[in-house]
Amino acid sequence: MTELDTFRAETRAWLEENCPESMRTPMPERETPWGGRNADFPNPDTKVWLDRMASRGWTAPEWPAEYGGGGLSKDQARILQQEMSRINARTPLASFGLWMLGPALLEFASEEQKKKYLGEIVRGEIRWCQGYSEPGAGSDLAGLQTKAEDKGDHYLVNGQKVWTSYADQCDWIFCLVRTDSSVKHDGISFLLIDMDTPGVEARPIKLISGASPFCETFLTDVVVPKENLVGELNKGWTIAKRLLEHERTMISAMGMGGGGAASMGGMEAMAKENFGEDGDKIANPAIREAVTNHKMDHQAFALTLKRAADEAKAGQGMGAAASMFKYYGTELNKRRFELLLDVMGTQALGWEGEGFDARELSITRSWLRSKGNSIEGGTSEVQLNVIAKRVLGLPDA
Amino acid sequence: MALVLTEEQTMLRDMAKQFFTEQVPVTNLRKLRDEESAEGYDKAVWQQIVELGFAGILIPEEQGGTGFGPIGLGIVMQEAGRTLAATPLYSTAILGAGLILAAGSDAQKAELLPQIASGELLTALALEETAHHNPKQVAMSAEQNGDQIILSGQKNFVIDGHIADKLIVVARTSGAAGDANGLSMFLVDAKAKGVTITRTHMVDSRNAAIVSFDKVNVPVSDALGPLGAAMAELESVLDLGRACLAAEMLGGIEAVFDTTLAYLKERKQFGVIIGTFQALKHRAAEMFCEVELCQSVVLDALSALDERRNDVPRAVSLAKARLGDAARLISNEGVQMHGGIGMTDAVDMGLYLKRARVQSQLLGDTNFHRSRYAELGGY
Ligand SMILES: Cc1cc2nc3c(=O)[nH]c(=O)nc-3n(C[C@H](O)[C@H](O)[C@H](O)COP(=O)(O)OP(=O)(O)OC[C@H]3O[C@@H](n4cnc5c(N)ncnc54)[C@H](O)[C@@H]3O)c2cc1C
Repeated sequence: MTELDTFRAETRAWLEENCPESMRTPMPERETPWGGRNADFPNPDTKVWLDRMASRGWTAPEWPAEYGGGGLSKDQARILQQEMSRINARTPLASFGLWMLGPALLEFASEEQKKKYLGEIVRGEIRWCQGYSEPGAGSDLAGLQTKAEDKGDHYLVNGQKVWTSYADQCDWIFCLVRTDSSVKHDGISFLLIDMDTPGVEARPIKLISGASPFCETFLTDVVVPKENLVGELNKGWTIAKRLLEHERTMISAMGMGGGGAASMGGMEAMAKENFGEDGDKIANPAIREAVTNHKMDHQAFALTLKRAADEAKAGQGMGAAASMFKYYGTELNKRRFELLLDVMGTQALGWEGEGFDARELSITRSWLRSKGNSIEGGTSEVQLNVIAKRVLGLPDA
Repeated sequence: MALVLTEEQTMLRDMAKQFFTEQVPVTNLRKLRDEESAEGYDKAVWQQIVELGFAGILIPEEQGGTGFGPIGLGIVMQEAGRTLAATPLYSTAILGAGLILAAGSDAQKAELLPQIASGELLTALALEETAHHNPKQVAMSAEQNGDQIILSGQKNFVIDGHIADKLIVVARTSGAAGDANGLSMFLVDAKAKGVTITRTHMVDSRNAAIVSFDKVNVPVSDALGPLGAAMAELESVLDLGRACLAAEMLGGIEAVFDTTLAYLKERKQFGVIIGTFQALKHRAAEMFCEVELCQSVVLDALSALDERRNDVPRAVSLAKARLGDAARLISNEGVQMHGGIGMTDAVDMGLYLKRARVQSQLLGDTNFHRSRYAELGGY
């Protein structure tokens, strides 16, 4: 047995023993384990599962053990992932801290900051939100105006953020703030703010899907300790961009589809159910062609993700891969939902109440939510601009 | 006929436009939705529509209508679509009046058409049984027993089902699902014994219902048209409905396009208005081309109906398929080009997007009509 085989055997045994049965079933949206000070666990097993995984650092398998992570190698982390998939284990923790802030802190934060914040993230104790966009600064993120003034022993922050996902339920916000107004990119700093501080207010905004996951966040005379600055003053843009890459990678995974009803495997079965079978074929030729095209796109995308992962392991990088994956993955995800609508007909157009089952209603809402995938984390147009400029070297107008 | 509106039609359009813009703006639909209106439509607005003569727009003057015909109806629907007006025009003024005119006996016409024109009677067509439009596949049974018909089965996606006074039910007196022959239509009182109507809440916040029939007795005399031979009349009225839906969709995409275009000229990023970016400019120009093509196919479909041309089905399928695709494209672009705010309920983009998908499914989506177009063309 190689070391990795041993690791696999031990991991399998540990998961079998520690993953509660109900954590091996598809996860309803409301049981998403966001963590945080006000975390609520409609299913108590969610908390058990989170604590057990966190105790091994396996909510963040590849982060160093000294900061609470699992300290696993890439190969080990992949094995853990495979073993979790084998028993359909749910993700123990969903968090912007894990996906976005943590990786940026690992790279840019001071030792004290890493010690303080990373452990909290691993254990799901603090829930983070992202304070980037402003009413006047979306695609042109560097145009942001929220100001942090140096007041000697603290910063005084004033301004407004918008589209802040889950701000009303989060504990801390990582913010881009302007610390020098005479320059654009070089006047931005990266600041961590406790949302319990006086002057921070989050107001939910209703989305077209009916949910209100994001907010307007107002910052009025908010006092922020100086030690909450990450990296150097006026050097926040570098951190901001790196964090965006992590965000884009995370969002692009949507192209692979979630589990459950909307997943790829279900598509052809649903098509057969709706349009009948002709031998093994989906009886309606146009639907058959659309499903086939989609599945082939999906497979090509999956292979490209895999190739990028393999290349990264071999120490090579695909340039601006994050933008490509973000663009392709989100557009693919939107097409997937439109196709589901074609396949499911009026059953995919229910809003609530009688006549539709839970799966159908969740597909309707997810279809609407998917429209945001090509906007959040930088729009598709912005991703294409990044590819054109940074990868292809095409000049600006 | 030339593909332009006559002077009279132009006047009708201006009147309809003014009415819907001023009296039934998008806020009207929002109000119905947010206040969870039990009827799902605004009775005062319907009364105004009746007074303007739109409820009886298909009905000849002798029977209390205004007799504007399919083009007039399409013009009104286009303007209604522009503001997402939620009214029983589709269920009653188009399908109800259309079917009674096409298949009703003189007595049925004399009794019911004036009631529709005067706004007293609301109707709903109970046709669909699955998640995909396909009239030939109707399986619901209508068994004859002496001078009675017994209806058993379930219908879904019955637009305005829960507010209708009378249902027009399509069921099978002979043959099997898939046969064009054997279908019959019946006028059934919504309150008849054995009829259960359950309102469903669709993504577009408009009315629909599931209607089930548990051994409902209907006198044979309430059949609409001859037993077992409803298909021809049904199809001709469905084509009218499809053309009107295409017109309504056209109004919707024009509204989305106009709003989006205005936003491209107003929103600034990187110190310039976003309309200066060629990536958006070209897509706006493409949408413009698409809207132009849509206007042509809709007007042609309505004209074909008006002139009773023999290529009505093809003209209609051309319009309904194209508008389905265009509405999907343009409603998606509307959201995308608005950025974050496009995803919010604060702007109307999402409302148009949701309505567009329902309109597209109604009486056959793009896939259905593309395949019908080919079949009719013999390929
Ligand atoms: C569901 C969702 C969740 C979000 N969560 C967060 C969050 O947690 N935190 C946060 O900070 N932000 C969040 N955002 C905000 C998101 O990052 C912005 O919406 C996005 O960057 C676009 O900015 P904007 O909305 O101002 O649109 P704009 O920048 O105004 O864009 C409008 C349109 O113009 C296009 N455009 C702009 N510039 C160019 C160009 N140079 N070339 C071509 N086209 C261009 C855009 O692509 C878009 O189509 C979220 C957004 C959504 C939809």
